[in-house]
Amino acid sequence: MTRYLARRLAFALFLVVAVSSASLILTRLAPGDFVTQSTNTQANRAEIDRERALLGLDKSIAAQYRDWLTAILRLDFGHSKQFDRPVRDIIPERAANTAILALTALILATGVGIPLGIVTGSRRGGALPHAIRAVSLVLLSMPPLLTSLLLVFVAARTGWFPIAGMRSPAVPPGGALLDLLHHLVLPAAAIGLPLAAMLERLQSQAMSEVVGEPFVLAAIARGVPHSRVVWRSALKAALRPVAAVYGLIVGTLLSGSFAVEVISAWPGLGTLMLGALRTRDIYLVAGCAGAGALFLAFGTLFSDVALAFVDPRASDAAAERGARA
Amino acid sequence: MTRRIGIALVTIALAGAVAAPWLAPHAVNDRFDGLLNAPPTIPRVIDADGSLRAPFIYAWHRVSQLEQRYEEDRSARVGLVWFAGGRLVRSANETDAPLLLLGADSYGRDVFARLAFGARLSLGLAVAAALGAILLGASIGAVAGYYGGRLDDVLMRSTDFVMVLPSMYVALALRSVLPLVLSASEVFALLGAIFAVVGAPFVAHGVRAIVRSERRLEYAAAAEALGASDLRLLARHLLPATRGFLAVQSTLLLPAFIVAEATLSYVGLGFPDQVASWGTMLQEASTNIRVFADFPWLLSPAAAMFLVVLGLNLMLQSDRPLRESGNRVIG
Repeated sequence: MTRYLARRLAFALFLVVAVSSASLILTRLAPGDFVTQSTNTQANRAEIDRERALLGLDKSIAAQYRDWLTAILRLDFGHSKQFDRPVRDIIPERAANTAILALTALILATGVGIPLGIVTGSRRGGALPHAIRAVSLVLLSMPPLLTSLLLVFVAARTGWFPIAGMRSPAVPPGGALLDLLHHLVLPAAAIGLPLAAMLERLQSQAMSEVVGEPFVLAAIARGVPHSRVVWRSALKAALRPVAAVYGLIVGTLLSGSFAVEVISAWPGLGTLMLGALRTRDIYLVAGCAGAGALFLAFGTLFSDVALAFVDPRASDAAAERGARA
Repeated sequence: MTRRIGIALVTIALAGAVAAPWLAPHAVNDRFDGLLNAPPTIPRVIDADGSLRAPFIYAWHRVSQLEQRYEEDRSARVGLVWFAGGRLVRSANETDAPLLLLGADSYGRDVFARLAFGARLSLGLAVAAALGAILLGASIGAVAGYYGGRLDDVLMRSTDFVMVLPSMYVALALRSVLPLVLSASEVFALLGAIFAVVGAPFVAHGVRAIVRSERRLEYAAAAEALGASDLRLLARHLLPATRGFLAVQSTLLLPAFIVAEATLSYVGLGFPDQVASWGTMLQEASTNIRVFADFPWLLSPAAAMFLVVLGLNLMLQSDRPLRESGNRVIG
């Protein structure tokens, strides 16, 4: 288990370094740089060169990359030209905003999707499972981009929820936390609902497979009540395939939160990265990518460990796979 | 049943895209300056007196130029002309009372025409990218599964790596490091290539697994013993076994690509503004906050996207039938 954890941590570190390095180098290779994207057309050659030198753009890519790496060892992630602040000061707040959004969405999706999946998976007929299945299919066809637009549409017509942003300009009665929650409902639902539908379908399939196993039949034959069989014995076996999916969900969450952040003006990593990419603010791009990769690494690590708890075979298999390479 | 509905939805969308020049009453960029953000003109068969007529529309009469509010001009019926001028249906008075089935956008352009022509770009891109992803993924998977060993390890590890990354960000990063201003056809080729690269690993994984297990079967061994070359064995015997998997994969990739185009165009990294694609239409609609309250027809690309994705999902539903036999115990 320790070996397995160490291996996973090493992979996490590799992921963060590889992703942020790749984005730094790609952005540097891209046509145009921060100076061409931001200075006005009247700037003369000398001004442009001076600006470039300030940004380290006169150095070769290799030299700049080396300097950036050594600076990171001192926890200096470079300076964002766009905000004129150190990258280290900008990222944590934005990353926290994305984390709030993504975690709420994940909790919503899990809380709604898994129990409903158990219900639909353990029964064959009936109006309720059919209705849930139909709603799931509709939601599955509404990726966060569309769900977000639909929810904003509803909010704009009813005025029940704010349609954009994360906080009101002035703290309303009820306090800042309530205000944040009020703003959080729509974006979190936009990411969470399609995800809930996906989890419901997966859990339903896993459940319906387990319910056909001999041990379930045996339990029923012994006279164990139906609900007890479903929610205790069968559920334990049916959680495994769903738990395995959580490793990939982090990526889905981040992808989904990008669209939602853009539509509902949520000040998260996605909008920050978009702006940084467009202005070629290279250290900020690398910082955003690194933060995203960190989320990803911890998400997959967490889900792997959770999976190992649900199913001890998983860690053995994974350790074996790792040992082979 | 659900499968039929799915096929119907997808077919309608594809047919609409192909037949766009015939189906749309106007060209993509025809502008009606007096009808900015005008609501849809609904074809009617019952007139103001309550008597039955051949299908007709009422012209929009502008009530307020500033607020862009319109009222139906019930004084005169405007007839519809069928199969004239190479188009399915147009209004009898195109200059003053154009047929706007889904209203007009903020430039006074026909939203229905833009939706139909936009489908060509949005769906065309998704189909092209899905084909690319399948070709690329199947080749990688076939090579990895067939030869095994170190090559297999390297290929599968790199595809694993790409699969873990959030695909939207990968596409975003790849797109934004390329020149930001490009022509529509350049964007088409570029996004197609990017989506294919991002989607290929998902295909490669499944193909590898199938090729690996098929390779061990007797028929593959027999073909090899008869002297079939690697290429022949792969192309004639092993890859055909992945057909079902590839069909399912493409129905999974298409929705992802349609939405990816829309998202990238929405943030200004997709097709150029003036080109009609579902993404650019949504982007343009979103610039005016009144869209949600007053001009909902501008969001029709979102509805179209939903219907196509729903259709694809419904097609997939019956490919994986619920295990009837296993379900019998508890019911």
